[in-house]
Amino acid sequence: GTDDHSSDLFWESRINMIHFVLLVSRQGKVRLTKWYSPYTQKERSKVIRELSGVILNRGPKLCNFIEWRGYKVVYKRYASLYFCMCIDEADNELEVLEIIHHYVEILDRYFGSVCELDLIFNFHKAYYILDELLIAGELQESSKKTVARIISAQDQLVEAAKEEASSISNIIAQATK
Amino acid sequence: MASSNSLMDSLFQRSLEDLIKGLRLGESTFISKSLEEIRREIKLTDLSTKSVALQKLSYLAALHGVDMTWAAFHAVEVVSSSRFAHKRIGYHAIAQSFSDQTPVLLLITNQLRKDLNSSNEYEVSLALECLARIGTDDLARDLTSEVFTLLGSSKALVRKKAIGVVLRVFDKYPDAVKVCFKRLVENLESSDPQLLSAVVGVFCELTAKDPRSYLPLAPEFYKILVDSRNNWVLIKVLKIFAKLASIEPRLAKKVADPVCEHMRKQNVGKSLLFECIRTVFSSLSDQEVPLKLAVVKIREFLMDDDPNLKYLGLHALSIVAPKHLWAVLENKEAVVKAMSDEDPNVKREALHLLMAMVNEDNVTEISRILMNYALKSDPLFCNEIIGSILVACSRDSYEIIVDFDWYLSLLSEMARVPNCQRGKEIEHQLIDIGTRVKDARLELVRVSRALLIDPALLGNQYLHPILSAAAWASGEYVEFSKAPYEIAEALLQPRTCLLPHSIRAIYIHSAFKVLVFSLGVYFSAQEPTSSSLVQESTSSGSSAVNGFTCDSISSLVSMIELGLCSLSGTIDVEVQERAKNILGFIGIIKHEIAEKATSQDSETEVHRAIAFMEDVFSEELGPVSSTAQEKVPLPEGLELNENLEGLQEICREVLEPMAESDYSSDKVSFSVAKLRIRDQEEASSSSSPPLESSSLLAEHRKRHGLYYLSSQKSDDHKDRDGNDNNTSNEYPPANEISVDSFKSKKKLSKPRPVVVKLDEGDEPKTKPDASSSNDERLSRAIQTALMGKGKGKEKERVKENHEINLDTENIEQSSRREKKKKKNGERSSKRSSRRQKDKEASVTKPVEVPDLLL
Repeated sequence: GTDDHSSDLFWESRINMIHFVLLVSRQGKVRLTKWYSPYTQKERSKVIRELSGVILNRGPKLCNFIEWRGYKVVYKRYASLYFCMCIDEADNELEVLEIIHHYVEILDRYFGSVCELDLIFNFHKAYYILDELLIAGELQESSKKTVARIISAQDQLVEAAKEEASSISNIIAQATK
Repeated sequence: MASSNSLMDSLFQRSLEDLIKGLRLGESTFISKSLEEIRREIKLTDLSTKSVALQKLSYLAALHGVDMTWAAFHAVEVVSSSRFAHKRIGYHAIAQSFSDQTPVLLLITNQLRKDLNSSNEYEVSLALECLARIGTDDLARDLTSEVFTLLGSSKALVRKKAIGVVLRVFDKYPDAVKVCFKRLVENLESSDPQLLSAVVGVFCELTAKDPRSYLPLAPEFYKILVDSRNNWVLIKVLKIFAKLASIEPRLAKKVADPVCEHMRKQNVGKSLLFECIRTVFSSLSDQEVPLKLAVVKIREFLMDDDPNLKYLGLHALSIVAPKHLWAVLENKEAVVKAMSDEDPNVKREALHLLMAMVNEDNVTEISRILMNYALKSDPLFCNEIIGSILVACSRDSYEIIVDFDWYLSLLSEMARVPNCQRGKEIEHQLIDIGTRVKDARLELVRVSRALLIDPALLGNQYLHPILSAAAWASGEYVEFSKAPYEIAEALLQPRTCLLPHSIRAIYIHSAFKVLVFSLGVYFSAQEPTSSSLVQESTSSGSSAVNGFTCDSISSLVSMIELGLCSLSGTIDVEVQERAKNILGFIGIIKHEIAEKATSQDSETEVHRAIAFMEDVFSEELGPVSSTAQEKVPLPEGLELNENLEGLQEICREVLEPMAESDYSSDKVSFSVAKLRIRDQEEASSSSSPPLESSSLLAEHRKRHGLYYLSSQKSDDHKDRDGNDNNTSNEYPPANEISVDSFKSKKKLSKPRPVVVKLDEGDEPKTKPDASSSNDERLSRAIQTALMGKGKGKEKERVKENHEINLDTENIEQSSRREKKKKKNGERSSKRSSRRQKDKEASVTKPVEVPDLLL
């Protein structure tokens, strides 16, 4: 049944390890999605619906992997959030669990004991951090310190620009140019 | 006016935080209202307002599934801003929403180039991330030289991301290999763990696709395998070696030692340990030491309380099971225990392993265990269990089944599992065994009777296919029945109205067979000198059928008549026609039955009619090769593909699980055979002989008697197949099991004919074919780039693509590689002198191996 559709959803040949990352709250609210392969918006919604249905209903003492359409989804719950990553059959599930944990630790360090609300209001920051961790679905950075340093450098870059740009007079000057 | 409007929009624009707060209050109208605002704001010239609008849109698209493809052009505008904050929002939006079909894609080439050349490493990194995600063939081609430059960047952040991008660039534009590959390889020797991690990741993916091209890099990978202390890097290198070792067995021997060393380490990470185990199971399983060590380690996984380890342990066992079943058998208890785990994934893995262990000695025991689990399990898993048993037992023409009586009773037991939904498969096997295994028919009829007379089963629609098979078997093999009256009664019981019409038609037709058979027995028993013979036969027990008295046959006839008269008015024509056929037949013979006792004339109308009907049903049905149909040559001038092609899609599903009945037009013209053919079609099992060819058949049997069932009337399909091929060797080995006596030793057929395997092999082929052109170009390019490194085979291959190779850069590159190789050689020979084993291995190896490994 559902297997027939998998080929529509995924491109023919694999070029990266992680196909997508999902963060879903216990109530089924999506908190972050990152796709490393081309899905249409419709396919994305379908994947989210399908997976959150399965994952949220799994009991706490079960293993952290599910087989799904010929792929594996590795997930782990941290407080009220489920972190999920989709990988190929042959990939290392335990390694992905470690990557997830790594991501959570970096978030934790950045926000200072991260909670769901941090991610709700700073969803873009969560993305930027993820981008320092994975590129094209491949692991990029293994040092927490470096990620923290890069992100704060970028933040400073943004802040500096903001100060000069956000004064009302500046906006007026721009608009009436 | 316009400018003051836009001023207001800019001043009072909702920020992302406002949007999020608003969404948390109440969603439905708020999203559409915000979208309206965003559409307005995003068109303003002020880039700050525009970028905030884009960011809000990205948010809504990512988390609320809002379409943002319409904003593609605005994302390009935002990216062109000189401010980092804007750029970041723009690139994020592009990575999130662009696809190969996005029309404005070409507009960003120059912007990407500009940012890739930026002096700000964070801007470069944004552009690289974006390229890694959306790079098309054109973008990859146009930006290859920038990527090449960045691969040599002194900034680790940039270089690392450039390495990540290479994967996409190579995939889209294989010629980039000529430019970038050398620098990529150089990074394999990087001392920076981040760079190493990135580059090993890239090679892991590249090798997975096309291992052969990367064999020349084995020495570099080996060095990392030995030296690296980073688990994630080691996991990737192990994956690379798993691929390489499967095509170069000598490599397996070489890496066995370092892999064992990693496994033996005291506090090795579980992820690395698991990767070692999996590598050993999949690619090094011919090496005794690592295999034994891995089996020891896997037991630790199985015994662990962590459900993840338990699951992975079982999963790893299933990798090794086909080659080293002993590893599974050693852990049999753990596997059986896992069947009652609360995690469905664990249970499923355990089930697969149990099925891998099944053989003809333990099939009874394992099936019994599994049936117990099936009764206790939820519907989903229950049917998975039943399905697995069905598949395992029917494999290669029931190869592992010795006692078919037992297997048939198991099938009927499955039918009675409350959650069973595998009716179709069970139906198929019941009929299949009936046609293939003569000596199982007695038991088949017994089992079928039990199924038919149970009115409770009629209410479960999942069991209808099974009942259909039981009905067919009871009619077809009625001579094995002890009580035909009971069968006929069961076939016509009122609750059969719960059945679908098609199955009900089979019920009625089977009742017809029972009737004809009973009448035949009755009249033939009456014939010579009557009752004494009947008594003799019953008392001797050689015939399973009780004799019929005048009374019993009359009551059978009137019971059938009564059961059918209500059906002669059914809406469904199939049911109606069959009912009327029987009623018509009863009309002919009914009045004769009573007179029969007195009349001695054997040439009455009734005799002829019954004898004729007996003839109709007497032909034995045999199994048909699933490829039989394909062996029939296409008559000239027959255009099958033209009009019916569309049907193929629709029919495939229906036809595949069953043997195709071969059913050709010449038979249809045969009016008496018609009924039968229809019946076979429903039973989907077999075909009847074209009577014209009976002389041909006899001749063929003489020549190829070996391939015929012992039965007198045998399978015509073989005749046809045989005639087509003409040489008996080419004829696929008989599909059927010829069991002379199922109690004694089995005499199993050879493995399934090659043709059947072809059938199965067809499907997986379609996928890999689809996208290979770029892949081929890529592996050619890689092999060219590594020309200096690989000798022998690799070089030969590359020579074929001469014209691509000979640009100057490559020659230069390969000569440098030669030098480097020497250096490597010196270094690693030092290492191997430290290691006695390595040294020995390298001494005994043929010339080519040091070339690969030292």
